[in-house]
Amino acid sequence: MSTVSWITLRGLFGRRRFLLLLPLPLLLVLLAVLSRSLGVDADDWGPPVLVGLGLAVVLPVVALIVGTGVLGAEIDDGTVVHILTKPLPRWQIVLPKLAVAAGVSAVTVAVPLFVAGRLADSVRLGLSLAAASAVGALAYSALFLALSLLTRRPVLLGLVYVLIWEGLLSSFVSGTRVLSIQQYVIALADRLAPTELLHGDVSVPVAAVMTALISVGFTVLAVDRLRSFSVAGETS
Amino acid sequence: MTTISVDQAAGTPTTVTSTLDLAGVSRWYGNVVAVNDVSMSLGPGVTGLLGPNGAGKTTLLHMMAGFLAPSRGVVTLDGRPTWRNPEVYRRLGLVSEREAVHTFLTAYEFVLASAKLHRLPDPTAAARRAIALVELEGAQDRRIGTYSKGMRQRARVAAALVHEPQVLLLDEPFNGMDPRQRLHMMELLHRLGDAGRTILFSSHILEEVEQVSGTVQVMVAGRLAASGDFRTIRRLMTNRPHVFTVHSTDDRALAVALMAEASVTGVELDRAGLTVRAGDYGAFTRVLPKIALREGVRVRQLVPQDESLESVFSYLVEA
Repeated sequence: MSTVSWITLRGLFGRRRFLLLLPLPLLLVLLAVLSRSLGVDADDWGPPVLVGLGLAVVLPVVALIVGTGVLGAEIDDGTVVHILTKPLPRWQIVLPKLAVAAGVSAVTVAVPLFVAGRLADSVRLGLSLAAASAVGALAYSALFLALSLLTRRPVLLGLVYVLIWEGLLSSFVSGTRVLSIQQYVIALADRLAPTELLHGDVSVPVAAVMTALISVGFTVLAVDRLRSFSVAGETS
Repeated sequence: MTTISVDQAAGTPTTVTSTLDLAGVSRWYGNVVAVNDVSMSLGPGVTGLLGPNGAGKTTLLHMMAGFLAPSRGVVTLDGRPTWRNPEVYRRLGLVSEREAVHTFLTAYEFVLASAKLHRLPDPTAAARRAIALVELEGAQDRRIGTYSKGMRQRARVAAALVHEPQVLLLDEPFNGMDPRQRLHMMELLHRLGDAGRTILFSSHILEEVEQVSGTVQVMVAGRLAASGDFRTIRRLMTNRPHVFTVHSTDDRALAVALMAEASVTGVELDRAGLTVRAGDYGAFTRVLPKIALREGVRVRQLVPQDESLESVFSYLVEA
């Protein structure tokens, strides 16, 4: 493991903020177990729990907490200077941090989604949800990591994207779904395990290409922004 | 410019000295000019960057360290720009003013991580050497979160020194340190300077700079107000005119008597009282009681008006 990854992981799990990751995945599993044990039809509880909660809330919110935490928290408390005063090409800082963010988010979300998918339908649906959410975690992480270098309020802007753009506008303006990571994840999961529980609004090729574009594009942007990282002076 | 010199004090046989150059450097934020057309060249030895709070010291240090782009001009380390050039950190170390440190790591882990990030051939030995240099061995396995401010500062200095940089920049390094820790830090800076390293530290406290460095750069309101030997600048500061407000039982009579005094360069009489400008602080304060006694005037109040560091520095701009 690279030193940057090690420090990032220690920083992530050493802050109380990490505890914020636990309630939502637990709620997802709890709702799935409850629905199943109470004998509710999977067609009734599957879409709201898997998509409405799992893919629309748990995945982006977990990715937001982690993605803005791996670099944004260090920028906030000033410790980022310790890593930046090293003769490292900036991509060697961004990529390990992105890997940690995407990895932690993927594990945190994929496990409960697998459990919920398994309970709703089958192991195949569980696996497809886990795989698609891992891909989604990468795209979200790249976006949120870049946001923490583009703005001083990455969490707020991230929430606006998740709640307003993906959550609200996607319901009314179908065109916005083309720029929605949530829609890509649904399309990919539906392709891996076709089921009535998931309804993708974008085609699989569009989802795959856009996910790759977002992941790569925002990573490149983050590297470039980190090259020009400015520390605000006390006198400024 | 790069030269080879012997470096015994820092424990290594030889070191390459480096020069940090600023050429016409300015930095502004909107309409506010934080640093205004500063040019200087820093070579081996300890240099103090002196100036009141808000003078632009931190902005200047950040530009030197490659953490801020100059709005105009260029900062170079051995001829290469520091901005957008991570390679300069092979020869440059920075200890920023902000008490930013990974509190969840032990000092050893923290310094070792720095050594590894520098890709040093033997990071363990380098980390132990740097920790020994700041005398933190006894507490190196404790989490930094449990440290006092001075200990944290030393841990940060160790991390900045782990790759034995030729240039070390420190922003207000004595802030929050107790007298013993200050002394220790001053000794360390002396040793590093004597070993041929280029050390620049900022401070708004005259006495700190006096004790550590012979060369100073004085910043006032974003400009380089004075530059060079500390003693010369200090003399300039001591000999500046001093302004006093005097309240007495007979301001007018006292004003007339004071005008005859050589140490007094000007007297102003108004409703608020008497404002006296003295060319020599010591001579004036010695002679005032004698004149008052002779004239039969009782001095009720004597208030120096310009003792703030700001006014001292402002005088330098005019000098």
